[in-house]
Amino acid sequence: MKKDSLNTWVKSGTPWIWMNAGAVSIAVIMTLGLLAIIAVRGLAHFWPADVIVADYSMPGAEMRVLAGEVVQAEEVPRARLAASGLPVNVEGGEFMTRELLKVGNREVYGADFSWVVGEWLSNQRTPVELMVLERREWGNFYGYLLNVKEAGQLVAEGEGAWNELQARIDRVDQLHTQISRIEKVEIGRINHGLERLRLKTRQLELNDRLDAAAQADLDAERAQWDAEYRVLEEKLVALQQQFNRDSITVRTADGREQEITLGKVVRAFQPNAMSTPQKLMFYFAKLWEFVSDEPREANTEGGVFPAIFGTVLMTLIMAVIVTPFGVIAAVYLREYAKQGLLTRIIRIAVNNLAGVPSIVYGVFGLGFFVYVLGGSLDRLFYPEAAPAPVFGTPGLMWASLTLAILTLPVVIVATEEGLARIPRMIREGSLALGATKSETLWKVVLPMASPAMMTGLILAVARAAGEVAPLMLVGVVKLAPNLPLNGNYPYLHLDQKIMHLGFHIYDVGFQSPNVEAARPLVYATALLLVLVIAALNFTAIYIRNHLREKYKALDH
Amino acid sequence: MQTNTHSIDISALGRDKRSLSLANEQVAIEVPDLSLYYGQKQALFNVAMNIPKQRVTAFIGPSGCGKSTLLRCFNRMNDLVDGCRIEGAINLDGTNIYRKGEDVADLRRRVGMVFQKPNPFPKSIYENVVYGLRIQGIKQKRVLDETVEWALKGAALWDEVKDRLHESALGLSGGQQQRLVIARTIAVQPEVLLLDEPSSALDPISSLKVEELIYELKAKYTIVIVTHNMQQAARVSDYTAFMYMGKLIEYGDTDTLFTNPAKKQTEDYITGRYG
Repeated sequence: MKKDSLNTWVKSGTPWIWMNAGAVSIAVIMTLGLLAIIAVRGLAHFWPADVIVADYSMPGAEMRVLAGEVVQAEEVPRARLAASGLPVNVEGGEFMTRELLKVGNREVYGADFSWVVGEWLSNQRTPVELMVLERREWGNFYGYLLNVKEAGQLVAEGEGAWNELQARIDRVDQLHTQISRIEKVEIGRINHGLERLRLKTRQLELNDRLDAAAQADLDAERAQWDAEYRVLEEKLVALQQQFNRDSITVRTADGREQEITLGKVVRAFQPNAMSTPQKLMFYFAKLWEFVSDEPREANTEGGVFPAIFGTVLMTLIMAVIVTPFGVIAAVYLREYAKQGLLTRIIRIAVNNLAGVPSIVYGVFGLGFFVYVLGGSLDRLFYPEAAPAPVFGTPGLMWASLTLAILTLPVVIVATEEGLARIPRMIREGSLALGATKSETLWKVVLPMASPAMMTGLILAVARAAGEVAPLMLVGVVKLAPNLPLNGNYPYLHLDQKIMHLGFHIYDVGFQSPNVEAARPLVYATALLLVLVIAALNFTAIYIRNHLREKYKALDH
Repeated sequence: MQTNTHSIDISALGRDKRSLSLANEQVAIEVPDLSLYYGQKQALFNVAMNIPKQRVTAFIGPSGCGKSTLLRCFNRMNDLVDGCRIEGAINLDGTNIYRKGEDVADLRRRVGMVFQKPNPFPKSIYENVVYGLRIQGIKQKRVLDETVEWALKGAALWDEVKDRLHESALGLSGGQQQRLVIARTIAVQPEVLLLDEPSSALDPISSLKVEELIYELKAKYTIVIVTHNMQQAARVSDYTAFMYMGKLIEYGDTDTLFTNPAKKQTEDYITGRYG
């Protein structure tokens, strides 16, 4: 009887429903869990946590005062700590708390982070006047503000010093914007002009057309650039002086005094004195800095804007390349080619192409695009630049092309499916009105297949934006000095190397000298990469749904 | 003139009952001797017939008898079928449409076709009607506008859609869509209209409207209609051809064929003994 009811239960199909539902739930939970982990770990990094000050007395050593943020705390077996050479008292509980403190002051202590044993910390407090300085180099500084100086002259001390400091940081900030504008944009423009002039000279020389008149023209132009440069240089020197005019005297928690030039300070804040709304404002300012600013300090501070920009631009160029190729190939395979053994072989080849490991595409891109194609381009069109390569070196163009090949099968397969789904009746209707095959294709079939093409493109973008391995070979770098799209002719620099979020994650996570500082950034960048890909996809999905509505197939 | 009424009086379709005779008609399409093969399988066997000009000729017969296949020979739609081969000729106005160098696109403009299911393009009503003209490269807005109006009036659809010409054609009902397809076909001014079971997917009212329309269109076009519905064939056609197993069994004026068939097979079919 029992067996019977089990049998009917199996036959009713209920177990299969449960199994499917279970599989779906696991997938959803894993996805959400993954997103939650990177979101929590990444986003928490920007929160201005309280900074503690405590006395740290390791047995057998002098007591010292520590100041820092508690980044992480973990339970460690007492025996292991003892084994690692720490003077741990072997009596007591089995586990001890070990805390990771971000103590900053790298120039003083040698490292930003320090592991401390919780048992030895005493007299923990959070003094409101404790200040955190975010600096352009050497990481954070934790300590107390003593006074503010202008060109070595004392201007404020004690109570008034804090407000004076904030005002002066604002001033320094403005100066910094001006300086980096001059350095990046204006001097960049002059360098670009001079480089083009050099190439022009070399070109004339190669063609044997560098006569006296041409030489004079070039010299005049060069003199003009030089004059402009000198003006800028003077301006820059004056600004630099202004920039480094102010300084502050600070004292670390353990009583060392030090002078810091204000030019090195990005911002100063007192986390222990901040209210929650203030902290929130600070948090969002930091978040904004992260997505809009350039990286500092070997990519462990500042923002990732160039990487976002590079990722998006490369993906867009990839989409522009892959769509026409994929669509044309699919149209030929589906509409024109005689269906037979050959087309079957081609289809199998295309489908297998989608399964080739991406690093193989990277190697192919480097060997064929960069060295063969790029090298030939250089020999043909840029002889004046030799021996420096223009296109014969990894760059944006080759990265996009490599990814275009990588994603080509996806677009071909999706487009072919779309073409196959268009009812025969519609094609015949067009042909019966006197349209030729190609007219039917252009006016009816392709527009109706456009949602399918968009589906292919969505899949292509999703794959390309997240791809890192091939890019390491064909055009991505740790730090690119300029954006690939800027104000210098020809505006879009396809030969330039770019930064990429995926590679940034790898670089920050595994190539960084400052592991502890980089870790939260790995999560934050990963979250950002997911968001960028999602944004690209949602845009494409929006366009596709719009097209679908417009060309919805006849369904009756 | 066609009035837009929803109750259709079938007697209004009453034909001119003067004695019709194939021998007295002008020939639009001449089929001397036509055989057709799908790969190894023969689908039409030595069909010979003349389609009269500006008359309605109906093809009837059981499913798979080759009537649609024959119809699709007249505008070379069978070219699209892989492995389809034709022996013989079809003369349209005295020239063989299967001769070498025939412009198939132009042939299809001259011989329009309406299919079993309405197949409007996913475009606006207006764009559906002018599709054939745009293909021919006609761009003047005045010409296009005029064509849309007379073609839709010709297809008895104008009054129903004149206020929403630029809305999607997919929003029309099935019957309206079929009349739109007919409007689209007559917009390119064909000589011959091929109708492949044009009302089989429509409700009875829409179906009658299409029949009414066929009767109207006869004055200007040679019409060939394939139908499963013998009442429809009897109502709308002047001449009827009965086909069976790829062969043309009997062909003559509709009244005679239905009231006094010469062949036993025809009689069996129209009296419902098989098919």
